[in-house]
Formats: sequence, structure tokens, C-alpha cells
Amino acid sequence: MSALFGLAAAESYVAVALTASLASALVSVLANRSSKILRWLAFPLLGIGGLAATAAALAALLGASEFAVELPFGLPWLHWHLRFDPLAGFFLGIIGLVTLAVSAYGPSYVREYDRRPYSRAVLGIATGLFVTGMQLVVLADDTFVFMIAWELMSVASYILVAYEHMESANRRAAFLYLLMAQIGAVLVLLSFGVLAAFAGEFTFTALRAASLPPFWASLAFVLALLGFGIKAGLVPLHVWLPEAHPVAPSYISALMSGVMLKVAIYGFVRFLFDLLGDLHWSWGIVLLFIGSVSALYGVLYALMQHDLKRLLAYHSVENIGIIYIGLGLSVIFFGSDLPALGVLGLIAALYHTLNHALFKSLLFLGAGVIAQRGHERNLEHMGGLIARMPWTALFFLIGCISISGLPPLNGFASEWLTFQAALQAASLESGVLRAVIPVTAAMLALTGALAAACFVKVYGVSFLGQARTRHVRHAREASWNMLAAQALLAALCVAFGVLPTTTVEGLNRVTEALTGVALASATERGWLWLTPVAPDVASYSAPLVSLGVGLALAAWALIYLLLRRRRRTVPVPRRDAWECGFGPLSPRMQYTSTAFAMPIREIFRPLFRIREESVRAMDPKLPTHPLELRYLIHTDDLSAELFYRPVEHQALSASRLAARIQTGHLRHYLAYSFFTLLVLLWLVI
Amino acid sequence: MARDLSAFAWVLVVLQTAVFVAAAPLFAGWVKRIKCYLQNRRPPPYLQPYRDLRKLLTKEIVLARTASPVFRIAPYVVCGTAVLAAAAIPLLAVELPVSAMADAIVLVGLFALGRFFLALAGLDVGTAFGGMGSSREMMVASLAEPAMLMVVFTWSMVAASTNLSTVISHTLEMELAIRPSLLFALLALLLVGIAETGRIPVDNPATHLELTMIHEAMILEYTGRHLALMELAAQLKLMIYAVLVANLFVPWGIATTLTGGALAAAAAALTAKLAFLGAALAVGETAVAKMRVFRVATFLAVAFTLALVGMLSFVILEASR
Amino acid sequence: MSYLDLPLLEQAILTLAALTLASAFALLAQSRVVATIHVFAVQGFLLAAITVLVALDTGELHLYISAALTLGLKALFIPWLLVRLARQLHILRDWDTVIRPGITLLGAGALVIFCYSVVQPIEQYAAGTTRDAIALSLAVVMLSLLMLVTRRKAVTQVVAFMALENGMFFAAVTATQGMPLVVELGIAFDVLVAAVIFGVFFFHIRESIESLDVDQLNRLSEHEE
Repeated sequence: MSALFGLAAAESYVAVALTASLASALVSVLANRSSKILRWLAFPLLGIGGLAATAAALAALLGASEFAVELPFGLPWLHWHLRFDPLAGFFLGIIGLVTLAVSAYGPSYVREYDRRPYSRAVLGIATGLFVTGMQLVVLADDTFVFMIAWELMSVASYILVAYEHMESANRRAAFLYLLMAQIGAVLVLLSFGVLAAFAGEFTFTALRAASLPPFWASLAFVLALLGFGIKAGLVPLHVWLPEAHPVAPSYISALMSGVMLKVAIYGFVRFLFDLLGDLHWSWGIVLLFIGSVSALYGVLYALMQHDLKRLLAYHSVENIGIIYIGLGLSVIFFGSDLPALGVLGLIAALYHTLNHALFKSLLFLGAGVIAQRGHERNLEHMGGLIARMPWTALFFLIGCISISGLPPLNGFASEWLTFQAALQAASLESGVLRAVIPVTAAMLALTGALAAACFVKVYGVSFLGQARTRHVRHAREASWNMLAAQALLAALCVAFGVLPTTTVEGLNRVTEALTGVALASATERGWLWLTPVAPDVASYSAPLVSLGVGLALAAWALIYLLLRRRRRTVPVPRRDAWECGFGPLSPRMQYTSTAFAMPIREIFRPLFRIREESVRAMDPKLPTHPLELRYLIHTDDLSAELFYRPVEHQALSASRLAARIQTGHLRHYLAYSFFTLLVLLWLVI
Repeated sequence: MARDLSAFAWVLVVLQTAVFVAAAPLFAGWVKRIKCYLQNRRPPPYLQPYRDLRKLLTKEIVLARTASPVFRIAPYVVCGTAVLAAAAIPLLAVELPVSAMADAIVLVGLFALGRFFLALAGLDVGTAFGGMGSSREMMVASLAEPAMLMVVFTWSMVAASTNLSTVISHTLEMELAIRPSLLFALLALLLVGIAETGRIPVDNPATHLELTMIHEAMILEYTGRHLALMELAAQLKLMIYAVLVANLFVPWGIATTLTGGALAAAAAALTAKLAFLGAALAVGETAVAKMRVFRVATFLAVAFTLALVGMLSFVILEASR
Repeated sequence: MSYLDLPLLEQAILTLAALTLASAFALLAQSRVVATIHVFAVQGFLLAAITVLVALDTGELHLYISAALTLGLKALFIPWLLVRLARQLHILRDWDTVIRPGITLLGAGALVIFCYSVVQPIEQYAAGTTRDAIALSLAVVMLSLLMLVTRRKAVTQVVAFMALENGMFFAAVTATQGMPLVVELGIAFDVLVAAVIFGVFFFHIRESIESLDVDQLNRLSEHEE
């Protein structure tokens, strides 16, 4: 075991992970000749890369291996610095796990493109580079590598978003994504610049040692918050996210939503806790506020969606918000000299990062199955899929329970830790903080409950009930490898939910290396009990709760088996459901997703921009008999109206002003050059 | 704090859970009985709820044609989570080992898990009634959960713990004090409990065919033992909220040592507390009319505000010294 | 010194103070005219009870007199007067629209936290055992102001104004064991006169614009509607 996860092993795992991902991109150059290259070479290589990355993560979290290397690439005076520490290892593990699942899932999914006019080579190359870029970001140990890897990740994912470029909506989404990604990258670069100005060098080691005056530290914080926040999708910087994530191929959506957002979290955590150091509690308030607004905003808009992938994208905004709540609490506690509690918040945030990667990827893969086999992305057209694809239904249900934060699965464990961190607000000096933090925790509770409502809607409308369209009625189950990918993620969701104490033990390594503090009290009573602060303050035994839920399921199974013989002779009678005596039920009488969300839409109406339109054509002969009834409802993003329209407006009017100097006369342009020359001469001499 | 992890304590856990489950139908029947008195009707005998459950358990199951496996598993999960929650709540004695399994937040999570499956079961058959019930149930739950969490927060600030057992011990050891925060927390918990257990004025447990119904609409298609489990789960939930109110805010009488005498005294005290609470609920339900569904949002906003005022009054008045 | 070390009497004062705050929340969320007046009466009772308890605690005799005044005026007479007026104007069963009750209540919660943070430095200097109640009384004043801003009907606005005065009185009682008796008598008389004058005004407003909606009182605006 120790040899397997030793130091030398960790180095080779990381090397294999990087090489295999890069090789996957390289072999895809030939993929246009034969789709087999993509299916049988590029994806397995990705899988090897994912496996190696996971192994490296285990080495970091179990064996505490760390290493730094300097590669002879890059500028002559600044070679590439890579460093592998527990934090990098943890995020590399997240990338690895999801890549592994995607590599099993992809081969069947890309068959779809055999019949469509898109280049397979581009898909393979961009996917390989995308994964390589993400791996490099977490390994980077100087600003230069970090930015190159960051841009590689952004550009590769832009190509993937724009992949199905024949549809204009996709092109528009991709452009919006590229624009936001570039603004974000500039802000990230600036935040590093502020640090580098005081460090004098660009390696992370130098940045870590630099000490900043409070004003500049706060400036660096704000720049990093905005820069990484754009990538992570914090409200109101999230607009690209619900546009870009749904239009990519489904397994790419899984990578983008499940992993790329986590890389942004990684960047922020690395920047804030490692490089910047000296946390100020007021930054925590900012994070807490933005986090709770993002969480609530994301889930409310998710409830209003009926495009499954778009809905999932909005849920990413929500979950990123929850992660930022954890980070905010952590910063507040660290800034108030309570490191033991600060670590609790940080661990809650990291735990939720892992969980979100798992369940969001799982759900996107499930959505991909529905899109491929049922040809539907719109919830309003689905229904009854559980009969057609029982295994996908089971895995999707596990994903739904996890993301809704219900015990005993993983989403609950991390949300519970976040709540516990918030409850420790009582130990803060400032009374105002003591009063504000519970209110944000109540927002978190509201978010969790609304998320549960949303996923009851998703699962109930898509998998349960009756099929609403012909395509869906004849949908087929996914292929075995697609199921295996989902099974892997679902099993991990269960495992990380049932064994939170073991997980926290692993995360302790990360926080210990990052901040020098670990959450010793959480695990002191053995694997059965999770006691984040002290046993009599709060405790949760996920294994026992799982046992209880398992017993309930076992009771069902037992009765099912006991009655099996009787059922063979007397089958369970099946009758029509109660229809109030109006004749048979039709699929159109079922509650739709819009109808399901209606009470919540009415209650939170001021937060939405809703456009309603109803068409009602009555029969001229019989005025009570309608010929046509239609009801259309659109929910527009409020942030577009509040933030983006004004910016767009300003930019347009500014460019109109600038356009005035474009007179079109040649002499005028010559005059501009002449004056520029004069001014320059005056300035220089 | 050393928890008694001996086998005897675990036997007591099982016993306490059994008592809880056995008493739940009786409590629901008690509320119904008082309501009958108040409305000049003749009440059913005390054993009637048990007879109903027995009858349902032996009856044949009829399933809707469109029902999926989720529909058949849901009653077990719904009832299982209710029993699990009941096991984790100190009923007669504190410091039982199982109380460390789930703190107040896990308890809220267990309710949410049960509700998740209940709402899925409502949507499963594909009738408009079930969907309507599910949609409304999730609305009520979404708004009730923040208020509930705020109550938990207030308690955890007062007692510096979210473990129910520790909270109750803390109240027992504390000298007598008038705490405004707990007063508001009590009021908020009562409102949340009414909303969560589907009592008047939020929902009406007595009617089946009314457009305003929530819980009954979701379980409309259930028959036989499935229905029995759903009914039992609803009775358990009512009892859980009643015990929470009784044991958190008026803990006196609960056994702190695991002796026969203490447990008997605890049982007597608890019976008295629950009898009073049940009667109060019946009086309230008789006096108040059911409100429109969209007024429920205001009702729960009031609950949240009360809990918020409770938390604030703790921070302002009780903590800062 | 922890809360538990306080004598029960002072704990009771603080509990009543918290209830007064809750009554201010209730006023804010209450939309029916008659219920608003009733809540206002309850607030008067609470104030009177607090004054009696403070009197017991400190032994100041004049506080008994102001308690009696509060009970008589704010808990009984003014509510009675308002109900009578409302009945004569046929607005007793009217609704006043509360603008976005959820957001208003959340805003009110935020106001309380704000008041608390503002008062914190003062508390260090204030003497007296009931100084924590200063934050609450300031919050009551603020909530009443919020109510003044969010209401349309003249009657509910008058209630808000009276509640504002309640908040001031509350602060005086809890922070400084009451104002000098002369001042208190004067204020009580002012409030009484104000209530009567408002009553007269209601009739005038209604005669001139045929409504008691204060949003109609914008004719002096230069802005063309």
C-alpha cells in the first residue's frame, strides 16, 4: 500500500495522467478517418489519465506525498514550475474521477456524431486539451504556467461549447462564454500582478512570501473574487453558464459543470488561503453574501427552467454559492483568530466541491442518456422514462437525492458541515456577525428545500408518470458502458455520503498542508461518528442513518420476496387511477414542470422577469368550446436587466462616441497620425 | 460526557422507539376525540386508529396501471424515515446512545427525505391530484424549513449544541429563567409543526375531496398496507412534533437516570404533556378556518419572523454581556 | 455577567421588551385596519406592563403614574377612539395593502440588526441594568418609521406614528427610568391632542378627496401624472 502510494509513485502517476490526456488529444488528429480511433483510443487514453490522476490523489491524501519539479519549457528565465501538494492532489482527484466516468461514457455518446456533419477530430483534440489544461492548472506553481493552463482550459472548452456550430444559438452562447472567460482571465492576471508587484517574482513560492499592505491585499482579493468568480459562475457573473453548459455535448457539460467550475474554486482557494494569506474577516462577509445570493438565485431560476440541461446549469450556480458560503465562514473564522472553526468551514466547502463534482456529472450524464435515447431535452415532453430505462432511472434518482442534500447521501454530509460551521458563529466576538450568519444559514436552508422541490419536479416529470411524446415512449436504455459510468458516480455519491468521517480525515491532510490546522475533533470518535466540534455539540452518524434507511428498503424487499409465490397465482391487481369519472386519464392531464413550479413562482415573483402569453381561440358556433388554448411562459434572467443591459448600453454609446472620429476622409486620418507624432515628440523630448 | 453504550441502553433504545410507534396512532386518535367532543359528535373508541391500521394491513393492494416501483417503495421509505426520526428523539430518557446518531439538523434532513419520496409518489401515477399535492407540499416544506432551522439555531445558541439530548439536559440543569428567545422559538415551532404535519389552517387531514388538500391528494392512489404505512408515517410525524415541543420546552419529568421509577415518572409526565398539547391542537383546529393555499406563504413568513426575532433577542438581550 | 445571573424581574422586563419588538413586527405585517389598531392596543399594554416592572425594580414612584397613563391612554383610550373613528368612516373592515410582506419583514429583520450594531458603542456607556433594551427600543422606532413609509391608508399611518411615540417612551423607560413626570405628562397630553386632531383631519381629507388613501395627496406635485 505504502509503496503503491509512495512519493515516487505519485510522481509517475501525475506524469502518466498528463501524458495520457495529451496523447488522447494527439491521437484524435486522425479521428476523422475512422470513428474507432476516437472510441477505442482517445477515450481509453483519457480513462488512463483519469485513473492515474485518481491514484495520484490517493497518494497525496493517504500517503501525504508532495513534490515540486521544474520543467525546461517556457521562457528562458522562467521555467515551468509544477508542484504537487495535497490541495492539488485533491482537485486532481476530482478531475480524475469525473474524467474516468466520462471516458467510459463517451464512446457510446459520440456515435451520434457519426451521422452528423461535425468533425470528430476537433471533438477529440479539444477534449484532450481541455482535460490536460485543467490538470495543469492545479499543478501549476508559477503564474506563467497557471495562466497558460487556464487559457488552454478556457479556449478548449470554448471550442467544445461551439462544437455543434450549425445552430446559431450555440454560436452565440460560445461567444458569450469566450468573452466572459477572457474578462475573467484578465482579472485573474491582474490579481496575480498585484501580488507579483510586491513579491518581485512570478513563482508561487515568492508570491506566498510577499506581504501586502491592507489596501493592496483587499484589491487583490476583489480582483481574484471577480476573476475566479466569472469562471465559477457567481451571481451576477453567471450569465454565460446557463447558456454555455447546455449546448455542449452532454459529457462535456459534465466535465464543464462538474470539474471546470471546481478548477475555478481551486484557483480561488489557492489564491486566498495559500498565496494571499493573512485573511481579513470582512472578506468573509463579502463571500458569505455573494454565496448566499448565488445559492438562492441559482435554485430559484433552476425551478423555472424546463430544459433539463439548462436547469442543471442553474443548479451549478446554486452549488457554487453553497461552496462560497463555506469559504466565507472559513475566512470569517480565520480572520477572527479561530482557526479550528475556520478549518471546519474550509472542509465543508471542499467536501461540497467534491460532492458537487460527483452528483452534477452524474446528472449531466443521465440527461445525456435522455437526450440521446429519448431525443428530448425539454422536461415538458418527457414522462414515464423509468419504465424504459430503469437503470438510468435508478442512478439519476441517486443523483437527485444527493443534490437535494438529503441524508444519507453525500450532499447532506457537506451541507450539514456547512450548517455546523454557521452555528459556531456564537463564538465570534462581534454581535452583528453573530446575528447575520444565522440569517445566511436560513437562506441556505431555504436553498436546500427549494433544491429538493426542484428535483422532485425533475424526477417526477421526466421519469415518473406517463410518456408525453412518441420519442420518449420508445426510448431505449443506455448501453452498458454508459451505465457503468453512471454507476461509478452513483456509487461514489453513496460512499462519500455514508463515510463522511473517512472523507474528512482525507480532507484534513489538505487543510493541514494549506493552513497548518486540521479538524482533529471531527474524527476522534472513530469512523461511525462525525463530530465536527465536540461530541456534545453536534454529532451525525451517517452509517447508522444509512442502516436505518437500508432497513426500510430491506423491509420492502422482504415483503416483496415473501409475497412472490402468492403473486404468481394471484397477480397484484392493476386498475385505472381515479379520474373523477371523466373517462380515461391522458398524459396531458399530468402536472407539468411549469405547473409544479407555479406556487413557488408566485411567491418569489418579484425576483423573476416573467413574460406570459395566452392564446385562446373559441369556436364561433359554440362559445364555450375552445378551438385552441395555448399558454406560453418565459422567465428572463433578472441579472441581465440589472447588470448587463446597462453595461451593454454604456459600451454601445461609448463606441458611438468613439466612432465620431471616423470621418472617412483620408486627410483627417493623416491629420490624426500627424498630431499623434507631434504629441509623442513633445512627450519624449 | 460519557454515554452509556452498554447493551442495556440499546435495548432501551429499541423499546423507546417501539413505545413511540405504538403511541402515535393513540395520539392522533386523542386529537380526533377532543375534536369530536368540541363539535358535539360521538368520538370513536380509543382503539379505532389501531383497528383502521390492522384493517388496511390485511386488505388487498390495488395498484394504478401507471404506477412504477417508486410508488411501491415510497411508503417504506416514508415510514422508515419517520421511525428513524422517532428513534433519535429523546422520548422518555435523555443520554441514550442513539440520540448521538442524529442531531436536530439531521432530523430536519430525515423529514426532507421522507417528503421527497412522498412527493415523488404523488407524481408517479400521473393524475392531476397527485401532482397538485406534491407541488403544494414542496412549496410548504420549502418555506417551513428555514423557519425550522432558525428555531434549531436559537436552541443551539442557548444550549451550545444541536444534539437534542444535550439540549434537554442543558435545560434541566439550568436555573429557572424567562428567556424571550425560547418563547419566540416555541411559537415559531408550533406554527412550523402545524404546517409540516398538515393540520388546519394549512391543510385539512379530515377531508379527501377538497381542492385545497395537500397531503391527502398525494396518497389518494394508495391502498392496503401501503396506505397503512403512509397513515402511520403521518401519525408519527404529528407525534414527533408534539414530543419535540413537549420535551424541548417543558423537559421536566424526563428520566435522566435509567431506572424503572424514573422511566415510569417520565412516562406519566409525557402522557400529561401530550394530552394537553393534543387537546390544545384540537381546540385550535376547531376554532380556526382553513386558509387559502397562497396565504400559507404569509403564515410561514410569520413563523420565520418569530424565529428570527427569537434569534435576535438572544443575540441582543441574552448573549452580549 | 450572564443572562442567568439577572434577577427574574429583569428577565421578565427583557422578555416583555422582546414581545414589544414582536408587536412592532406584527404592526408592520398586519394589513387589516381593525387588527392593526388591536395590535397597537396590545403594544400599549406591553409598555404599561414594562413600566410597572421597571417601577418595581427601581422603586421610582412616578413610574407608576406613567404606567397608569400609558395604560389609560395608549392601551385603552386611543385604540377606542381610533376604532370609533374607523367605524364612523366605514373603514373598520378595510384592507391596507402591505407592499411585499416577505421583503418588508426581511428588511425589518435587517433593521433590527442594524440598530443593534449602531447601539453597541452606546451600551458601554449607558448605566442601568436594562440597557440592552435600548437596541430594541431603537428598533421599535425604526420599524414604526418603516411602517409609515410602506402604508397608504391615513389611519394605519396614524397608528404607525403612535407606535413611533411608543418606541420613544419605551427607550425612556428602559434607559433612564423614565423622563421627568412633567415632560411625560406633557407628551401624553400631546399624543392625546394629536389623536383628536387626526380624527378631525380624517373627515376633512375624506371630504376633499373622497378617499383616505394618502397616495392621492400628490396634487401639489409639479410632475404630471
